[in-house]
Amino acid sequence: MTKKKHIAIIGGGIAGLEAGSVLTRQGYKVTIIEKENKTGGLLNHWSSLFPDFSLPGEVLARIQPENPDLTLIHNTCIESIKKENGRFELFDKRHLKLYADALLLATGLSVFDASLKEEYGYGLFINVITSSDFERIHKAGQKLLTAQGDPPKRVAIIHCVGSRDAKVGNGYCSKVCCITGVKQAIAISRMLPECEVFNFYMDLRLYGSKYDALYLEAQKRHQIQFIRGRLSEVSENQDQSLQLKAEDTLQGRPLRMQADMILLLTGLEAARQNENLCKNNHLELDENRFFKSENMQYHRNCSRQEGIFMAGSCICPMSVNETLDSARSAAIEVDNYLTQKER
Amino acid sequence: MKTLNSDNQQLFDKEIAGDDYYYLRSCIRQNFFPGAEKVFLDILTQKLGRKIIDDEHHTTCSGIGYHTDIVPFDTFQAIIARQFALMKEKGAVNAVVSCITSFGGYHEVLETWKEFPEEKRKAQENLKKATGRDFDVPKNIAHACDIIYKYRHEIARLAPYKLVNTHTGEPLRVVDHVGCHYAKIFPDKAVGGAEKTTVLTAMIEAWGGQPVNYPERRHCCGFGFRHYLVKPNRSYSISNARKKFESMQPYRPDLILTNCPGCNMFLDRWQYALAQIEGKTYSDDKNGIPVLSYEELAGLLLGYDPWHIGLQMHQVDLEPLLKRMGIAYSAEAKYRNAKGIPMTPPKFTGCLE
Repeated sequence: MTKKKHIAIIGGGIAGLEAGSVLTRQGYKVTIIEKENKTGGLLNHWSSLFPDFSLPGEVLARIQPENPDLTLIHNTCIESIKKENGRFELFDKRHLKLYADALLLATGLSVFDASLKEEYGYGLFINVITSSDFERIHKAGQKLLTAQGDPPKRVAIIHCVGSRDAKVGNGYCSKVCCITGVKQAIAISRMLPECEVFNFYMDLRLYGSKYDALYLEAQKRHQIQFIRGRLSEVSENQDQSLQLKAEDTLQGRPLRMQADMILLLTGLEAARQNENLCKNNHLELDENRFFKSENMQYHRNCSRQEGIFMAGSCICPMSVNETLDSARSAAIEVDNYLTQKER
Repeated sequence: MKTLNSDNQQLFDKEIAGDDYYYLRSCIRQNFFPGAEKVFLDILTQKLGRKIIDDEHHTTCSGIGYHTDIVPFDTFQAIIARQFALMKEKGAVNAVVSCITSFGGYHEVLETWKEFPEEKRKAQENLKKATGRDFDVPKNIAHACDIIYKYRHEIARLAPYKLVNTHTGEPLRVVDHVGCHYAKIFPDKAVGGAEKTTVLTAMIEAWGGQPVNYPERRHCCGFGFRHYLVKPNRSYSISNARKKFESMQPYRPDLILTNCPGCNMFLDRWQYALAQIEGKTYSDDKNGIPVLSYEELAGLLLGYDPWHIGLQMHQVDLEPLLKRMGIAYSAEAKYRNAKGIPMTPPKFTGCLE
């Protein structure tokens, strides 16, 4: 009976949950293994979603699967995968052993550690924060304030921190940060209408539907200023405000700017556990440390190991709607595989 | 204010040899501040009991010529190969470089040889043809400030003085200036890396002072070779130094600590030049902010006579700092030569009359 086959999903973020939901509806038994004590992944930490400022909670509420055939295991990090007699064996550090007929990887993303870009002063200068910090502040319903407790008069948002940056080993584009920068600039402007907001960008890669409209709205309605320029360094003034040195590459001039706060738009990286998962099987990572697809055009959800599939941002950085699409298409691939195997 | 301190040194921790050094002197330093290298050697051998070879046969590394396109890279490599050959002949494996330009240059050549082994073979051939010598790559290369950094706590234990204002009991406020070629070319060769270099701030802390961060801490002192060597470009050089002084002035530092011969010279002398141009100093008095290298400072704390280590060669007078630190000295002996005979004193010291 094909329908009682068991599928293990590593990662209980939105990709894992959505794929689990589709697969249980198709009649499979599914186990989702989540490393944190809560499912939902990074979406739990975001305040609003681009480009419509919808709430992450709304997405999470729709995809929480409730099905007797679905088991959730929390606080468990799978360390290795082995294929034995056509089935997969999964192990964690505490000797958990799980068998599955097919495996779906949904390990998602991790956020770049901004303190590695030492010249931007994160972790050193108190008024330098990251985009993740801002989401937390916004989500808690708090106002953005400087460390001294004052509303900032000027905030500079720095794009591409740890993204498209060979120096930190991330040559690829994290894709969703540009629009996040636009979204956060508008959020700051709504929160603090008197505050000047500057976005320093390398390129604005606004690839998605309605992203350009949001960019236009940022400029027209919120007077957000966009400067094409790369930040070279941040220093702290005596009053803990910040000095930026950057280059305005449209004017071809270096510039110095004073700001009360700096917000670093951190890039996105592959989950750190991916490397471990490639041992004892044919899984491969691509040059950016994400899982490599069997074919990136027509088998994007298929890994290099037969029977192991991928969903969402463990393939490359994705927006929420792309992640959900990817999860559904991965579920179809899993179903195809198990159905064909049965025949 | 949160200052840069040794806690920030997470990413870069270099290996520094502990003994048996070969000293590679600076070519310009012995003219600017001749006591600095002398006191370094003395501290190492007499106070710390370490062995170091001071070889009269080694030459300039020709780094200034190289950076100004006067000396071709092939020649530069051959000169550095010769220094290594001299080390080999003396049986030394741990190089200690006095100059920051040289330090960057040695690493540039070594990295080139790693990436392009044919360049190393060429340097070997050139050296053999020109001098008949062979060389080995040193086991360890440290800048002299790395050695003082390594033994900073031992120096603190031996030192009768501290970086403390004896009148108030407060730690002296010290800004550091790290030479660009120490860390900015090869961050992993610097203690603390390029962005949060801690080699000098760790000394300041170990010796009782308070390191003070300021916005232009990482900015160049203005010693960029292409700028100051070409006379019409010197305004660019001095404007860089000015940027630094303007930036550090609000923090009212008691002292600037440097690790580069050029920076030490420029931060000292450009204060005078700026005072003459603009009629202002960046200290509360007409003297200016005193500038010391790490060895000069270590020497002072260890009780060396300030005039024996050449501190009267500084434009910004060190006497107010010596008084603040409670260091005993003879004002009368300041301008006497090695034989004790009085020399003509300068017209004035400090930045403004």
